[in-house]
Amino acid sequence: MEEVSSNPLHGLWALTNRELKKWYKEPFIFLISIIQPVIWMGLFGKAMNINAIITNNLPPEVPQWLADQMMKQTFGTSDYFSYMAIGMLSFVTLFTTMFSGMSIVWDRRLGFLDKVLSTPVARSAIIFSKILSATIRSLVQASIVLVFALLLGLQLSPNFTPLNLLGVYIILFMLCAGLSSLFLMLGIRSTRWETQMAIVNLLNLPLMFTSNALFPTATMPDWLKPISNVNPITFTTDAVRQLLIFETVNTTQLMLDFAYMGIFAAIIASISIILSWRYLSR
Amino acid sequence: MVENIIEAKGLTKVFNGYLTAVDHVTFEVKEGEIFGFLGPNGAGKTTTINMLITVLKPTEGTATVCGYDIVKEANMVRRKIGVVPQEYTADEDLTGYENIILCADLYGIPRKISRKRAMELLELVQLTEFKDKKVETYSGGMRRRLELACGLINRPKVLFLDEPTLGLDVQTRANIWEYIKLLKKEYGMTLFMTTHYLEEADALCDRIAIIDHGKILVIGSPDKLKSSLGGDIITLKTNENRDITRLIEKIDNVKEVRRIKDEYRIKVKDGESTAPLIIEALRNEGIKVTRLSLTKPSLNEVYLEYTGRSMRDQEESTEEFRVRRITLRRARRRR
Repeated sequence: MEEVSSNPLHGLWALTNRELKKWYKEPFIFLISIIQPVIWMGLFGKAMNINAIITNNLPPEVPQWLADQMMKQTFGTSDYFSYMAIGMLSFVTLFTTMFSGMSIVWDRRLGFLDKVLSTPVARSAIIFSKILSATIRSLVQASIVLVFALLLGLQLSPNFTPLNLLGVYIILFMLCAGLSSLFLMLGIRSTRWETQMAIVNLLNLPLMFTSNALFPTATMPDWLKPISNVNPITFTTDAVRQLLIFETVNTTQLMLDFAYMGIFAAIIASISIILSWRYLSR
Repeated sequence: MVENIIEAKGLTKVFNGYLTAVDHVTFEVKEGEIFGFLGPNGAGKTTTINMLITVLKPTEGTATVCGYDIVKEANMVRRKIGVVPQEYTADEDLTGYENIILCADLYGIPRKISRKRAMELLELVQLTEFKDKKVETYSGGMRRRLELACGLINRPKVLFLDEPTLGLDVQTRANIWEYIKLLKKEYGMTLFMTTHYLEEADALCDRIAIIDHGKILVIGSPDKLKSSLGGDIITLKTNENRDITRLIEKIDNVKEVRRIKDEYRIKVKDGESTAPLIIEALRNEGIKVTRLSLTKPSLNEVYLEYTGRSMRDQEESTEEFRVRRITLRRARRRR
């Protein structure tokens, strides 16, 4: 009578796949979720033409190489579009993971969560499935954004190798895992999606603007710098830039980025799993 | 030998430290029976079910399901039970078939077996034709049938049904019960259900517990509960204008007589044999009975007797109301 597989991944994958199906089986939603960051990148990245601002406002006797040097000093690359396009990768991740918290609130409200809790599936698998699905979605979206960025003129650094790309995915994965755990944690006991929505709205732009996604930390006011310097988005964005566009790589900083993100993801994910054991069932 | 498949002892749930939803509830459910929890909204029915299905942890007291402790051996309990929740929990964005397979995966049932079982269950609840349609296109009755199929995917020993016909119209309700009876026959499990439809509880349950304000007021078979009220009600009219209450009271088996306008409401033991006695006795006094009717007490009277209110006037919390509204909205959708 009992044919129960001992594989704990069984339920985990079923739940993850449920989330993913909602996404890839809806061509419209899938399309929107990809178009949105591309539009952002196209509009903001191209309209905010910092190269032009600098070049056009310099006296004609200043040579172009000097302008380029100024850009390099500030942004680490002479092309602002490349700089902000990388920031967009983090941005896409942030936006996708934010909604992992929403989905658990809905699952609770619609009774789905209670039904899952009455099955022998591991409590941690419920949370893991949300983290995993958000991560997979973000990474797919980030890849598409990256392709579009290349098409729109992202300039890869001369030392770029396919191995660097692996590094990019590893650090983006850590950012996704950490952020989705964070938003899940906030939604774990909530029954009101309005509350969750308010939290998400409260956090998303500050997280974005207190990072180096759009502008370098060095040019920020002193009171903002410490915040930017602990923001995980800053570390991720820096690492991705070093791996993809910067001509000179600061190895120490790169190692630090990876270490920081690893610890960040591990701690936040662990806390959310512990909370899931404690708080999923009331 | 009939064993107790569910045993609850002093089961209690207090929310937020002060809101006692279930208050020292003790009962047993025998293997193979249909046991009903009857009570108004907010009486503690769903909270009790949620503790038994290991979704909520009891604040106090214990219970076993299939011999396993609901707290210490929660995972064993989960393997043995099936749940059909009050809400429609099937994922609207997935098809009926995908939903059943998802449930099977949560129980860790290998795909080879779950595919076969899913088809079998879909056939049984007559959803085979719609199995590849998204659940958002299903009507209330279809959704409920799908929930039933999902609840049975692991061949449970006990199936918990929380208000299985909530919000459905009369025909669909009857239809759902046909399916439930069919499934019970097919798989021979114990059913634990909650309802606030008295007629349903009366017609289906072997035994019922009336619960209000978190406490069980009475447990017994519907017939026993009805006869516990102290009998049937005879209503009669005579050609006599005098008050003959005293006269009737003296007749055997008569317990209580009330005169309402020109009618007499008589509470009697065993109405069928008492009615002729009354007619006989009155004829001996020269009084002619012009009209007589006999009413058997319904569960409604039982309910009124124990809870002090009728099933109709109930209040519910905002959150309950919200969830119910979502459920009702989906239930009312027709194909």
